Amino acid sequence: MDVVQLQRQLVDYRTSLYHEGFLDEQFTQLQELQDENNPHFVVEVVSLFFEDSERHLNELTTALEQQSVDFRRVDAHVHQLKGSSSSIGAQRVQQVCIAFRNYCEEQNVEGCLECLQQVKHEYSLVKTKLESMFQLEQQILTAGGSIPM
Amino acid sequence: MECNCFEPQWPADELLMKYQYISDFFIALAYFSIPLELIYFVKKSALFPYRWVLVQFGAFIVLCGATHLINLWTFTMHSRGVEVVMTTAKVLTAVVSCATALMLVHIIPDLLSVKIRELFLKNKAAELDREMGLIRTQEETGRHVRMLTHEIRSTLDRHTILKTTLVELGRTLSLQECALWMPTCTGLELQLSYTLRQQNPVGYTVPIHLPVINKVFSSSHAVKISPNCPVARLRPAGKYIPGEVVAVRVPLLHLSNFQINDWPERYALMVLMLPSDSARQWHIHELELVEVVADQVAVALSHAAILEESMRARDLLMEQNVALDLARREAETAIRARNDFLAVMNHEMRTPMHAIIALSSLLQETELTPEQRLMVETILKSSNLLTTLINDVLDLSRLEDGSLQLDLETFNLYALFREVLNLIKPIASVKKLHVSLNLAPDLPEYAVGDEKRLMQTILNIVGNAVKFSKEGSISITAFVAKSESLRDSQAPEFFPVPSDNHFYLRVQVKDSGSGISPQDIPKLFTKFAQTQSTATRNSGGSGLGLAICKRFVNLMEGHIWIESEGLGKGSTAIFIVKLGIADRLNKSKLPFMSKVSTNHGLTAFPGLKVLVMDENGVSRMVTKGLLVHLGCDVTMVSSSDECLRVVSQEHKVVLMDVCVPGIDGYDIAIRIREKFTKRRERPLLVALTGNTDKVAKENCMRVGMDGVILKPVSLDKMRSILSDLLEHRLLFEAI
Repeated sequence: MDVVQLQRQLVDYRTSLYHEGFLDEQFTQLQELQDENNPHFVVEVVSLFFEDSERHLNELTTALEQQSVDFRRVDAHVHQLKGSSSSIGAQRVQQVCIAFRNYCEEQNVEGCLECLQQVKHEYSLVKTKLESMFQLEQQILTAGGSIPM
Repeated sequence: MECNCFEPQWPADELLMKYQYISDFFIALAYFSIPLELIYFVKKSALFPYRWVLVQFGAFIVLCGATHLINLWTFTMHSRGVEVVMTTAKVLTAVVSCATALMLVHIIPDLLSVKIRELFLKNKAAELDREMGLIRTQEETGRHVRMLTHEIRSTLDRHTILKTTLVELGRTLSLQECALWMPTCTGLELQLSYTLRQQNPVGYTVPIHLPVINKVFSSSHAVKISPNCPVARLRPAGKYIPGEVVAVRVPLLHLSNFQINDWPERYALMVLMLPSDSARQWHIHELELVEVVADQVAVALSHAAILEESMRARDLLMEQNVALDLARREAETAIRARNDFLAVMNHEMRTPMHAIIALSSLLQETELTPEQRLMVETILKSSNLLTTLINDVLDLSRLEDGSLQLDLETFNLYALFREVLNLIKPIASVKKLHVSLNLAPDLPEYAVGDEKRLMQTILNIVGNAVKFSKEGSISITAFVAKSESLRDSQAPEFFPVPSDNHFYLRVQVKDSGSGISPQDIPKLFTKFAQTQSTATRNSGGSGLGLAICKRFVNLMEGHIWIESEGLGKGSTAIFIVKLGIADRLNKSKLPFMSKVSTNHGLTAFPGLKVLVMDENGVSRMVTKGLLVHLGCDVTMVSSSDECLRVVSQEHKVVLMDVCVPGIDGYDIAIRIREKFTKRRERPLLVALTGNTDKVAKENCMRVGMDGVILKPVSLDKMRSILSDLLEHRLLFEAI
């Protein structure tokens, strides 16, 4: 496949991500910050996000499995997750986190478990999408093209 | 031989002689003892003025006594010597007694007059005694009045006052009966309300216009009335002679009658009866007492009435307070609910807007024909405006709370009008309307004000002009308003005063459209109210536009109104707003109107040392990326303790994330301030928060933060924030 086609594919893909609500304007901002001084900024941030989120999700799973759930701890993790996801523009994850926090306030265990499932689902979705996007970008770079903004 | 003896005159009879002998003896005794007694008593009383008279008298008696004593010797044969002594004694006695008799003629009148004077003095003393008694009685009565007054005035209960009056009066004056007649509601009769002796007076009435009653009412004194008149006939008629009766009026003062020279309309009648079958009469002082008491009663009654009134008013006020409190709380709840609703809706509306803006921006980066590019730019600008409008729907609720503040900055006035023209021209040309813009030559190129909202206002008005015109032309004129043209008949209370730093911009938008009927003009600026003319019914719109414009114009200390000569005759919308005059220094810091032409590589802040505190790794990294992109030298810390350890004079700005629960970002702010005492050395403290709460902003201000930024922060936002911050050392973004 030639570079132009790849580039168009990338643009389409990105557009669809925005369109479907996986990403929001914040991600655009991140992309703006990437320049020749900081060529891998977006990838670095996103990788950090993945690490962070996985850690938080594991902690959440453990916390919600307890006999008596420590809601404050759960809330703290969800808050962090919300913060990270909003920082990179992972919109759908962020929104589930908002609902998650409400359930925490109400101390509703069922609701929390449901939200946890949802978050995990959304997270894995967005992770897959972003990884595909990075793969495309890598392909373009190896093919000698430049990444369109 | 002849003896020189003397013979008694008659022959001595033994018995008779004996008696004479004894009698003479006793007489002599008496005669001698009387002076002795006299002397004794004279000695006792020192004041006896007639001493020498007594002496004379004494001598007389002594001599008489002597005579009789000597007589004792003459009953038998006695010598000449005895006879001589007897003769001497008698002669002396004669002399003294005549002298005494003569003297008595002089002194007896004196003695008599003494007696008379004595009698006179005694009478006088008796009279004085009587008068003393009277005065004491009056004194007693006066005391009773004072006590009575005190009793009456010490209670505020009407019945107690009246009962006490009657009781005390009855006691003081020893009355047989005491009664009070009160006027009925109709005012035509007097009803017996209280009596002293009868426990429950039968409520019987007399008409008020009896001559005797009129007589009493027309005088302020107590008046004696006949015991047979209807008001005094309180006891069943009997065989006794009724005592004297006196009646006095008691003015019943109303609250409104508290002028001194005003005669109150209603009186009550107090009737007092002295005990029957007694000779007592009404004395002046008793009548005076009654009058005084009647006045006091009137005052006490009015006090009681005032108290009743004020208690009632206070109860009413308390009820109203409770109701008001409830209403206020309900209103607050309603406002909170509405704000919550608006916030949620706001969010829901923002999301698709972001998608539109993001995608349009992306579209702009692709290959486009110039025509397409123009279209995309218009889409972008419109969506930006729509975003602003969405912000303003939230603002409207805040406008009404009064918490909206204008974002004042320097902007290009000419460019603003050109932008409006560009935005409106496509729509106008579709409707074949001609739009013209006329800017006065003295209009300054740059001004200080809220550019976004001014643009929104102008656009709204021009948009309305286009919307409601089917054909013809629209003209927009803008000029600097001078004093004469500032005052307008429509707004008599609007007094604009231009000063050195400000000028008043007047904008007139005239259209040749459907016009507005005069009765609809006042409704134009009310929220959601629409005019009912058929031509406009299909034009859509939520009716918020003009209401928001009016509020913005008011915030800009201006005035807005619409003139129209009637339906079909077009209309002119005019507004005047106050703008600041931009000076040379401000012009260099103009932010750009359109966001498309930013230079990504602009390092506005080379080497600026910034400290970023954020617990969340990802967001820390993003913030750092932002700042590095702007050329800052960034240090990152992840906890408040680390922050306090690392912060130093070299750091110019500290960005701290404060929306983390459990970590008190505010506490750090306070501690950093404590660490740097001099304001110059202290880094600027800026809080990053995702919390749009007013409370959060207030907390930040309270702990001394220099600025608050709402997350998420875009690159341009961070750039403008840093520049504002460094220039003014203060920033508070409207959250």
